[in-house]
Amino acid sequence: MTKDDIAAKDRQRSGTNRRRFLMASASTAAVPAFARGAPSETTPTSAGGAARAPVDIALTINGHERRLAVDSRTSLLDLLRERAGLTGTKKGCDHGQCGACTVLLDGRRVLSCLTLAVAAQGRAVTTIEGLAKNGELHPMQQAFIDHDAFQCGYCTPGQIMSAVACVNEGHAETEADIREYMSGNLCRCAAYPNIVAAVMQARPVMKTASRE
Amino acid sequence: MRPFTYERVSDPATAAQAAGARAEPASYLAGGTTLVDLMKLDVMQPQRLIDINALHDTDQGRIALRPHGLRLGALVRMAEAADHADIQREYPLIAQSLQLAASPQLRNMASLGGNVLQRTRCTYFRDVSYAACNKRHPGSGCAALAGVNRMHAVLGTSEHCIATYPGDFAQALIALDAGVDLIGPDGPRTIAFAKLHRQPGDRPDQETTLRPGELIVSFAVPAGPWTRRSLYLKVRDRQSYEFALASAAVALDFEANAVREARIALGGVATAPWRAREAEAALRGRIVDDQATIEAAEAAFAGAQGYGHNDFKIELGKRTLRRALRQAAAMEI
Repeated sequence: MTKDDIAAKDRQRSGTNRRRFLMASASTAAVPAFARGAPSETTPTSAGGAARAPVDIALTINGHERRLAVDSRTSLLDLLRERAGLTGTKKGCDHGQCGACTVLLDGRRVLSCLTLAVAAQGRAVTTIEGLAKNGELHPMQQAFIDHDAFQCGYCTPGQIMSAVACVNEGHAETEADIREYMSGNLCRCAAYPNIVAAVMQARPVMKTASRE
Repeated sequence: MRPFTYERVSDPATAAQAAGARAEPASYLAGGTTLVDLMKLDVMQPQRLIDINALHDTDQGRIALRPHGLRLGALVRMAEAADHADIQREYPLIAQSLQLAASPQLRNMASLGGNVLQRTRCTYFRDVSYAACNKRHPGSGCAALAGVNRMHAVLGTSEHCIATYPGDFAQALIALDAGVDLIGPDGPRTIAFAKLHRQPGDRPDQETTLRPGELIVSFAVPAGPWTRRSLYLKVRDRQSYEFALASAAVALDFEANAVREARIALGGVATAPWRAREAEAALRGRIVDDQATIEAAEAAFAGAQGYGHNDFKIELGKRTLRRALRQAAAMEI
């Protein structure tokens, strides 16, 4: 996908997007009047200089190669949500404690909130938006629906990404294993029993699918 | 987060040269699970990050099991070592100490070199709104001494700092007499793992003996007759994904029914990776029965001091060690 494609997608969404509306309201409220409209890149800072220069990176997101210039401080999570428009990956604690931001990096589950975007150079990211194929839900997504494995749903994208990796790692053979190897994903609604049931359902389906 | 410059290196010597080349405070970036977290909190403020993740594709990313010992490259991820079948069989203590730490996602990210350098979870250290923290600002005091210190240390503390060393893997390394290979701007050197960390004393901000710009390259764990009969027992507030309240790393070698050699380290209770040599001495030549484990546990915690909320850790630590010793003695190998 090119930069223009992304910009076009951004424009497409901007009309009706609740999140964008909330963001706009919040920034109006939070930014003092004198600073409004000043581009953040020019905000004076004592550090200044090269540390502020954007870094060019290229990475693959859900099979599409992307090239972006990012502030070196950008987390992979913020890149996905704010730059790539992929808001399925959630920001929970932003400190590596809750698992809501779990994505696959070169097929292994990681926390995107503690991954610097610059360190994802050349790597392949899979997010919740990249799981469904040809309009068909991934077996793990279907299993979460079948077992009502969520209430509020905020932790769900992270749970599903983690569950997919859990099965692929071979760590979903027993219910006890699933509980242990899903312990990095907290669910404040405590849908844990249903999450375990969903992973149990999806495991054989995923294995059959991978053999086909 | 404060701005920083970012650079990537692909071999250890270049990394060390890069770190030594400029005066600004630099940090190596591996998994980032401690560093990025603490940069967001403004606890760590490096002006340069040197990304060493490319070293994972070199010798620093390899695990080598040889008759005389185990070599672990510093960029090996925690999960890679924890899931390694040969390590699980030959060095169960090492595999378990990694397996019982953090979460699957964090274990996929965190490097072994970074893991041993992870910073304390002391809430007063992590929260910069507390002015008093001798780790962050030498001479400013310690808010934990009179604060909520349930998670804090009872061994190796000082009047300047009681922050717990949070790691598990380091307890396995110190118990098994591991060595650490380093490279710095002035070249390579090898030190005993036991010499890597410092107790807080009057300089809690100086946590290791690493010289400026020095990088951990690998760990070497010598094989011993005790390495197969070894385990890590971790006691915590919840069953998974939690730091230790108390833990014990234990390795035993028997002659007939008596202990010939014991290797013991304690986690969750001390300010640094903690070898319990007094407990090892108390076990030597003994049959592992109640009396022997009680004496070993008493010896291990003879110098312990509680600070109020964490008084329970002294008894919990003793019982954790006793259980670990019984389990190790009962292992079928």
